[in-house]
Parts: sequence; C-alpha cells; structure tokens
Amino acid sequence: MTEPDLATIWVYLSASPLSGLTITLVAYSLAYRLYLFANSHPLLNPVVTAVTVLIIFLLATDTPYKDYFEGGQFVHFLLGPATVALAVPLYQQCSSLKRLWLPLLIALLAGVSVGALSSVLIARVLGGSLQTQLSLAPKSVTAPVAMGISEQIGGLPSLTAVLVVLTGITGAVLGSKMFELMRIRDDAVKGIAMGVAAHGIGTARAFQISPKMGAFSGLAMALSAFATALLLPWLLEMFDLLN
Amino acid sequence: MKFLNGVTLLLIYQLIGEFSVLLLRIPVPGPVLGMILLFLTLMLRKGSGESLDSASSALLSHLSLLFVPAGVGMMVHFDRIANEWLPISVALVLSTVLTMAVTAAAMLASRRVFGVRVQEDD
Repeated sequence: MTEPDLATIWVYLSASPLSGLTITLVAYSLAYRLYLFANSHPLLNPVVTAVTVLIIFLLATDTPYKDYFEGGQFVHFLLGPATVALAVPLYQQCSSLKRLWLPLLIALLAGVSVGALSSVLIARVLGGSLQTQLSLAPKSVTAPVAMGISEQIGGLPSLTAVLVVLTGITGAVLGSKMFELMRIRDDAVKGIAMGVAAHGIGTARAFQISPKMGAFSGLAMALSAFATALLLPWLLEMFDLLN
Repeated sequence: MKFLNGVTLLLIYQLIGEFSVLLLRIPVPGPVLGMILLFLTLMLRKGSGESLDSASSALLSHLSLLFVPAGVGMMVHFDRIANEWLPISVALVLSTVLTMAVTAAAMLASRRVFGVRVQEDD
C-alpha cells in the first residue's frame, strides 16, 4: 500500500455527497457574511458570490458538476418543500388578497405575458437559437416550476435553471433602483412586481427590505408560478413562437 | 418536535401535489399544487399553527441558499452561454426590467381604476 497523497484523497472525497453539500454551505455562509459586512449591497447578492466561488473551486480542482451535485442535490431538493411553504406567508396576507384580487390578477396576467413574450422575442431578434429562446421563456418563475415548463415546451431544463437564477439576481440587483426611478413607495406594489419578475431570489431580497414587501413578493411569486404554468405554453403557441 | 411536524406536513403536501399532478395530468408542477392545497387547508382551518410557522419560516429565511446548486450548473452551459451571450444577456436584463415595470404599472393603474386602497389595515 502506498501512502495516499492529497490529490487522490480529494478525488475520492469529491465523489461523495458530503463534500458537495459541505462546500455549498461553507460558500454560502461566507458569501452571506460578506453581504452583511457590506451593508447588504445588492451587487454582493450571496447567490452570485457563492456560485462564483463554487464554480472557480470546482474548475480548479477539476471536479465535474455531476460529482458536485451528488451533495448539492440535498440543498436543491429543499426547493420543493420551500415552494409548498409559501402557502404560509400567502395565508398571512389573506385579507390583502381578498381586497386586491382584481388589480392583482390584472397585474399578474400583464407581467406573466410580457415576461414570457419579451424574453423569447428579444432573444429571437438578436439571433439566439430556438432552444435558448424556449429555455428563456419561463425565466421569471421559481426554478422547479420553470424547469418543468421548459421541458414541456422543448427548452433545456438545466439551462433554464441557470437562467432562472440569473433572472432572479438581475431583479434583486436592479429592483430597488427601478422602483425609485418609477417613484413607487408602496411595499405591496414593489413586492408584487418583484415576485412576478424575479421569483424566490427577488423574494429573498424583498424580505430584507421589509416583511410586507417579502410577503407580497412571495404571494406574487406563487401566483405567477401557477399562472405561468397554465398560460405560457398556450401564449407561445398563440403567437407562433414555438418554432 | 414542532419543527419536525411542520416539515413533515410540508412534505406530505408536496407528495399529494406530485401525486395528483401525475394522476390527473395537470400541467402544473407538483410543489405548486401542493402549495395551493396547503393554502386552501389553512383557509378552512383558519390558522397555520406553530409547527408549520416555524418550518416555513426556517425554509423561507434561507431561500437564496436553495438556488446555489442550480446556479453552479452554469458551468455545464459555459459553451452555449459564451456563443449566445448577447441574446441571452440582453433578453434576461431587458425582459426582467420590463416585466417588473409592467407589473408595477398595471397594479397601480388597475388599483386606481377599481378604487382599491392598499394601505388600510397595516
């Protein structure tokens, strides 16, 4: 038996779920600490930092994504129960929901349609491939839902997952600035716009601004996931964008 | 124990959601249906209870973390993203901003039309 060196130990360990899970949590908690240290600067969104650090680490150690995901899947899995958990803040906003259902429905339909059609059309005009266009279409809904829709309409679910994350980050980073420019001060309206455009990452950002904005964002995110799942395939077909 | 009960309840609703989606061929992902069913249950029960509150706030307060593994998946698509960076980045940013602006504007406009106030009982 030869003495094992560090490289072989890593090759062995990197294939076990323990390392993927551990580096995910370590990277995220460091990223989150950095974010708090910088007074919650939107550009230091912990998802961006954590993803960047992890990709650099995996490339440097020559670890394939598949091996990393052996551990990462445990965190990824929680997206399902977290989606179900949105029912709780939704229920807590029940009275607003009853009062606002009509404006909310109109805003939701407008936002969902504009989001899906504009992303496909812009990518089409700029020469993106059809698969990329279709993977972009459900980018504004929460990852598990978007991946399901993407598969259904002929996109690439794994590419959609990435685009969903990038969309969420874009919304979380640009949101506050935009609401300022549009002179919107009402946290309910801001939250709804954030949730429709930037799903869970936007909602996480909204919760940092105020609990009210977070609750409305979660509400809008949940409703738009439902509306998009029902409407998007039909919308793309109606506007003849599926081929 | 409370936390455990809450998580178990969430998983049960997710499972019911996934099961019904497959059984009834509903074009909506399982967890979304699970969320709707849980929401309806809470409306009927008129309360969410301590265990469900603690489980859901634990999950939702670290929501960003849950997106990290999917985000790292970007490394698999480096080639496509490099080849189509222009359509992808412009579509992403422009469409996201547009979606946010249209949603907010539609909300404000329709609220005015129907005369609904938002900030009353806060």
